[in-house]
Amino acid sequence: MGAATLTIAVPHDEPPRKRGFMTRLFRDKPLGAMGGLVLVFMVLCALFADVLAPYGQNQVSMLERLQAPSWQHWFGTDNLGRDVLSRCLYGARLSVIIGCSAAAIATLISVTVGIVSGYLGGRADMITQRFVDAWMSFPDLVILIVVVSVLGPGMPQTIGTLGLLLGIAGSRIIRSAVVSVRENMYVHAAQSLGASSLHILWKHILPNVLPPIIVLFTTRVGTVILAESGLAFLGLGVPPPAPTWGGMLSGSGRTFMFQGPWLALAPGLCLTMLVYSTNVFGDALRDLLDPRMRGSR
Amino acid sequence: MRNYVLRRLLALLPTLFFASLIVFFTVRLIPGDVIDLMLSQNDVSADKMSRDQVIRALGLDVPIWEQYLRWVGSIVFKGDLGKSLWHSTPVTEYLAQRLPVTLELGLIAMIVGLLIAVPIGVYSAMRQDTKGDYIARSFSILLLAVPSFWLGTMVMVFPSIWWGWSPAIEYIKFTEDPWQNFKQMIVPGVVLGAALSAITMRLTRTMMLEVLRQDYIRTAWAKGLSEPLVVLRHGLRNALIPVVTLVGLQAPLLIGGAVIIEQIFVIPGMGLLLLDAVNQRDYPVITGVFLVVGVAVMLINLLVDLSYGLLDPKVRFR
Repeated sequence: MGAATLTIAVPHDEPPRKRGFMTRLFRDKPLGAMGGLVLVFMVLCALFADVLAPYGQNQVSMLERLQAPSWQHWFGTDNLGRDVLSRCLYGARLSVIIGCSAAAIATLISVTVGIVSGYLGGRADMITQRFVDAWMSFPDLVILIVVVSVLGPGMPQTIGTLGLLLGIAGSRIIRSAVVSVRENMYVHAAQSLGASSLHILWKHILPNVLPPIIVLFTTRVGTVILAESGLAFLGLGVPPPAPTWGGMLSGSGRTFMFQGPWLALAPGLCLTMLVYSTNVFGDALRDLLDPRMRGSR
Repeated sequence: MRNYVLRRLLALLPTLFFASLIVFFTVRLIPGDVIDLMLSQNDVSADKMSRDQVIRALGLDVPIWEQYLRWVGSIVFKGDLGKSLWHSTPVTEYLAQRLPVTLELGLIAMIVGLLIAVPIGVYSAMRQDTKGDYIARSFSILLLAVPSFWLGTMVMVFPSIWWGWSPAIEYIKFTEDPWQNFKQMIVPGVVLGAALSAITMRLTRTMMLEVLRQDYIRTAWAKGLSEPLVVLRHGLRNALIPVVTLVGLQAPLLIGGAVIIEQIFVIPGMGLLLLDAVNQRDYPVITGVFLVVGVAVMLINLLVDLSYGLLDPKVRFR
């Protein structure tokens, strides 16, 4: 009976704060929503590369080398007659795998280091922050090159190093969020009730720094993909013949670009599109979830 | 002022210590079989050095803490970064040749970045939420997404196809012919600067928006000052302070980006030195470049902090 009266009492137009997340995303942030859609589209392309690609990723056909874009080969063919569209699709898979896994590792590290350093404070925080300072003085790409020179190129090394690299750098953002949450009344209340640090971190701090964590992850995906392609461009990423976008722009392909300029276009456009969409989507998420972080990147 | 500089230098010491640990242990990850690989890969070395000699040359024959102390000791007391494994040239000699080239490229890129970012950022803030503002903002997010190596590749490929123009391949030193050198560096500098300008543009816009709402700006308008005077002298000067910090924070990006740009345009700077050393597995050179890049970034940040005093009279160095 009570439930029925309640239903009637609900006003017809909801207050703006109660609108669903998706509605807010599409109405307030059209560009971000578009980025999200492009992102979903490219992830689908990556997932179903096997089905979508008209040719194999390394299917060589010397008779059809260096053909301009046509109905048979939408993005043309390269110096070995491989279909550029197919290679771009498989390249999307590599980029998405590396981007998501390295960003996940990075976020995990950022959260662990940031929460512990920010919550404990004091000397441990001081030492950790000096280490982070030192770490951030080295350009990402230079650390990557050095690590790859020691461990040799390959997918696990790339993912692991990028994860560690961005993880430590990103811990700053989580730390500052934790420092502001730490002083909240409910944290002090939990402390005075005798809750263990672990309990407070898990139940009170973590849920409240979740928005910056989500935003950090999204923006990191774009950063990782750019860094990975830069590394592949230098010939230090996932080794050929794997169809990485960065790799397609470098190496033997570069000498043939003067005969086939489309070789220079397709992988770069894919890369720009993917990174652009993660960036605008990440920005929109940040504005909707965590307005404090606005302009921090 | 002198005390302030001294204190800042002292505060740099712990960071330098951690940086040396990072450099040392990253490169010391070398697994044993890499030495065999080095010997088999490098034609230069095959007849010159035995396995034991390489291990000794890399200093791997003593316990790891002793290796670290030796390494730090020779840097601090002798300014010695070791010798190239294959050419027996001191690493410092390489660095002395290459560092100025990268610094020049970085400086050009920084100036280009600011020249693109600040005017557009200011315009965007003054015409907030107009069509021009939206175009400028979309352009800046786009610049952020375009990889500089792709931009660089296109600059190499398309002008050459359309107009038969291509950047000079042979590097001309600044001391030999400054004008030719500048003509050579400007294209890579613009490519590198374009990527950096995106973030600066956004920050300039945000800061200008904030500053333009201040009371003293209203006062300046009320005094009847002209628009350029209000915007440039009263607005921009105050908005630029965080922008300067950002330029300092971008130093690692700048040097990282330079590695790729130097590779594309064949400019013999630190980046090309590092890549060559990586290809030859010349670990002393790799270690040297790695360390110097980190220290250079720290010093740039220090200089940026010190330059606050020039821009912002409110900052007093105590």
